[in-house]
Amino acid sequence: MSHVAVWRPPSPWPARWMGPGVWLALAAFVAWNVWNLEVDAARVARGLARAGTVFGRAVPPDFHRWELLLEGIVESLQMATLSTALGTVLGIPVAIMAARNVAPLPVYAAGRGIVSLGRTFHEIIVAIILVKAVGFGPLAGMLTLTVNSLGFFSKLLAEQIEQIDRGQVEAVRVTGAGRGAVLLYGVLPQVLPRIVGLTVYQWDIHLRQSTIIGIVGAGGIGTTLYNSFSRYDYDFTLAILLVIVAIVSLGEWVSAWARRRIQ
Amino acid sequence: MLEVSALAKRYPTGDEALRGVSLTVGNDEVVFVIGPSGAGKSTLIRCINRLVEPDAGSITLDGLEITTLPPADLRRARRQMGMIFQEFNLVERLTVMENVLSGRLGYVGLWQAWRRRFPPEDVAMAFATLRRVGLDGMENKRADALSGGQRQRVGIARALVQRPKILLVDEPTSSLDPKTSGAVMALITELADEERIPALINIHDVPLARRFARRIIGLSAGQVVFEGPPAALDRAALGVIYGGAGEELEGALA
Amino acid sequence: MGAPPHPVTPDPIAAPRVWTRHTPAQTAGRVLLRVASAVAIVWAAQGMGVRWEWVADSPTQLADLFGRMLPPDWAFAGALVEPLFQTVNIATLGTAMAVVLACPVAFLAARNTTLNRVSYLAARLLIVVSRSVDSLVWALIFIIIVGPGSLAGALAVAVRSIGFVSKLFAEGIEEIDRGQVEAVTATGAGRLHVLFYGIVPQIRPVFAGVCVFRWDINIRESTVLGIVGAGGIGFVLNTAILGLEWARVGLILLVILGVVALSEVGSAAIRRRLT
Repeated sequence: MSHVAVWRPPSPWPARWMGPGVWLALAAFVAWNVWNLEVDAARVARGLARAGTVFGRAVPPDFHRWELLLEGIVESLQMATLSTALGTVLGIPVAIMAARNVAPLPVYAAGRGIVSLGRTFHEIIVAIILVKAVGFGPLAGMLTLTVNSLGFFSKLLAEQIEQIDRGQVEAVRVTGAGRGAVLLYGVLPQVLPRIVGLTVYQWDIHLRQSTIIGIVGAGGIGTTLYNSFSRYDYDFTLAILLVIVAIVSLGEWVSAWARRRIQ
Repeated sequence: MLEVSALAKRYPTGDEALRGVSLTVGNDEVVFVIGPSGAGKSTLIRCINRLVEPDAGSITLDGLEITTLPPADLRRARRQMGMIFQEFNLVERLTVMENVLSGRLGYVGLWQAWRRRFPPEDVAMAFATLRRVGLDGMENKRADALSGGQRQRVGIARALVQRPKILLVDEPTSSLDPKTSGAVMALITELADEERIPALINIHDVPLARRFARRIIGLSAGQVVFEGPPAALDRAALGVIYGGAGEELEGALA
Repeated sequence: MGAPPHPVTPDPIAAPRVWTRHTPAQTAGRVLLRVASAVAIVWAAQGMGVRWEWVADSPTQLADLFGRMLPPDWAFAGALVEPLFQTVNIATLGTAMAVVLACPVAFLAARNTTLNRVSYLAARLLIVVSRSVDSLVWALIFIIIVGPGSLAGALAVAVRSIGFVSKLFAEGIEEIDRGQVEAVTATGAGRLHVLFYGIVPQIRPVFAGVCVFRWDINIRESTVLGIVGAGGIGFVLNTAILGLEWARVGLILLVILGVVALSEVGSAAIRRRLT
C-alpha cells in the first residue's frame, strides 16, 4: 500500500471552511467599522493633533490642589472599606442561599436571583439609581459597591460552598446538630479561608470601582476626576490619574500579599 | 566527523557539568555515552548544538568550528544536527506530520512555516520517513494522542528529515518501558547505519548500551573516565564510572 | 493494676484540664485584627456624610422609582435596536483592537519570551496603567481626542482591555513547555519560526479563551460608556434618566439584563468547548 504524497495542513478550526470564514467576517467587520465610524486620514490627523494638545496641557501634572486629591482618595478608601464590611456581612447569607448543596430549592432560586442582579448591572447603572434614592455623595457609592459584592463575593463564595467535602458535613449532621450548627461546624471551617481571601479581594476591586462611580455623583475620587475633566484642568486630571494608578496598584499588591499569607 | 576537545561548562549555580571533555565521533560511527545521572551527559549533547553555551573548548563538525558561530550561522549548523530527546519534546498540539516537517523549518520562509506550506519533496520525504519508522498512516493524528513509543518514533523522524550530518540522541528510552526501549534503540541504530549518519547517544541503561554499542564512552563528574568496546566494560570499569558502589552501579551490573 | 477506667470518664484525681481554641499569642493577634477592623469601619462610616432624612426617605424613593419603571415602555423598544447594535459593535471592535495590540505586549511581558529587562518592565508598566484606569475614564480621554461617539467608546474599551488581555496571555506564555520550544530551536529554525511553530500552537487555546472572556466583560462595560458620551445604549439610558422617563429606563435596564446574560452564557459555552 502506498500513500499519495499529498498532505493538507490541518486547520485549527472544527470545520475547514471556518478558518477563511472567520477571517473574511473579521475583515468585513473592520471595513464596515472604518466606513461607519468615518475613520479617515484627515480625522486621524486631527485626532493626533488634539491628543498632542491635550498631552501638552496635561504635562507636567499639577499636584497643587493636593488637599482636594487627598480628600477624594480618602473618601474612596472609606467607601471601599465600609462596603467590603457590609458586603461580607450581607454576602455570606446570600452565598449560603445561592449554594445548591445547603439551600432548599426556593431559597436557592432567590439567592441566585440576587446574585445575577448584582452581577449584571454595571456599577455605574446601580450608582445612578442609588444616587436618586439616597442623594449625591459617598453613601450612594458605598451602597453601590455593596450591591456589587452581592453579585461577585456571593457568587464565588457560593461556588466554594458547593465544592465542600460532604463527608465532613454529614459527620456533624449525624451528631444530631441542627441546621445552624451544621453550617457553623461542618461548612464554615471549610470555607473560612476562602471568605477571608475573598473579603480582601473584594476590597481591592471596590477600591478600583470607587475611583469611577463618582462620575455619576456617587462620591470618591471619581467626582474630583470628572470635575477636572469638565473644567479642562488636564494637568490636574493627570495628577489624579497618576494617584489612581498608584493607589489601585498598591491595593492590588496588598490584597495579593494578604491572600498569599492566608493560604 | 565530530570532534570535541577540552569542553568545559559551569552553570551559574556553580555546578561543574563538564571538565575538559574530549571525544570524536567518526563518520558512520555510533558512539554511546554512559554515566551516572549528573555526570554531564545531557550537558555534553546540548553543548554540541549550543542549546547550552559551553564556557571553553572546541567543537568541530566536519571541520566547522561550532563554538564561535554567530547566531545565523549557528542556526545553519543546527540544521545539520538532528536531535532526539528524552521527553520526545514534540509540539503536543500539532499533528504528527507537522512535527516531522518541523525538521525542515530551517529551509522555509516564515509565511510558509505559518501556513504549513512545505515543498512537495519535503512532504514526500516526511511520508517516506514516517513509513520507515513504522508510523504509516498516522500523519494526521495529534502528537498528544500517541503512545510514548510512537512519540519517540515521531521524534526520530523529525531528526531524520533534517538530513543531518550527525544525530545527537539524549537518553531516548528513559521515558519508555523496557520492551519499547529495545525497539526504539534498535530503530535508531539501524537508521544510523542505513543512512550512514554518525550518532552520539546518551544512555542510562548499561545493558541496553552493551546490546547495541560498538564503542562506549564513560562519563563521570564531567570527565571521560572510560573509552572502549562493550567487552572492555567490566566490573572494574563500571566501578570507576559509577563511583564504586550504590544503586546506580547495581543497576549497571544487572 | 486493675482494669483501666472507662476512657471517656474523667479522672477524678487529676486537675481539670482547660481546653482553649487558640494560644494566647493567637488570641492577641485576633483581638488586634478585630480592633483594627472595627476602627477602620468606624472611620469609614464617618466619612459617608449620611443625611439621615434622605436615608429615611430612600425606601420610599426606591419604591417610587421602580413603581414608575413598571410596566416598561414597550413602545420604545424600536428605538433601542440601533444603540444596542452599537454597544455590541463597540465591545467587539474594542476587543479586536485590544487583542491585536496585546499580542506583542504579552510576549514582552512574559519572562521566557521577553527581549531584555527593559522591555519586560515597559510591558508590565503598560499593563498596570491600562488595567488601573477604568474604561469610563479612558472614554472621557478619547472623547476629548476623537469627539463623542462609538469610536471613542471602542478605543476606550481597547485601551482598557490591553492590560487584562496581555496579562492573561503572558501568563499562558510563561506556562508553556520549554522542551517543545527547545526541540524546534534545535532544528535550526529562526526565532520567529520557533515562535510560530513551537510556541503559538501551545498557547492557542488560552488565547482564544481569553479573547472570548474579555469580549463578554466588554459587552457589560459598553452598556455604560454612553453615559459619558461614548456611544451605545448607555447614551439612551442617560437621556431617559435625565428626562425622568422611568418607564423607558425600565425597558432599557431589561434589555441590558438580557444582552449581558446572553453574552455571558454564550462566552461560557464557547470557553467550555475550548482546551
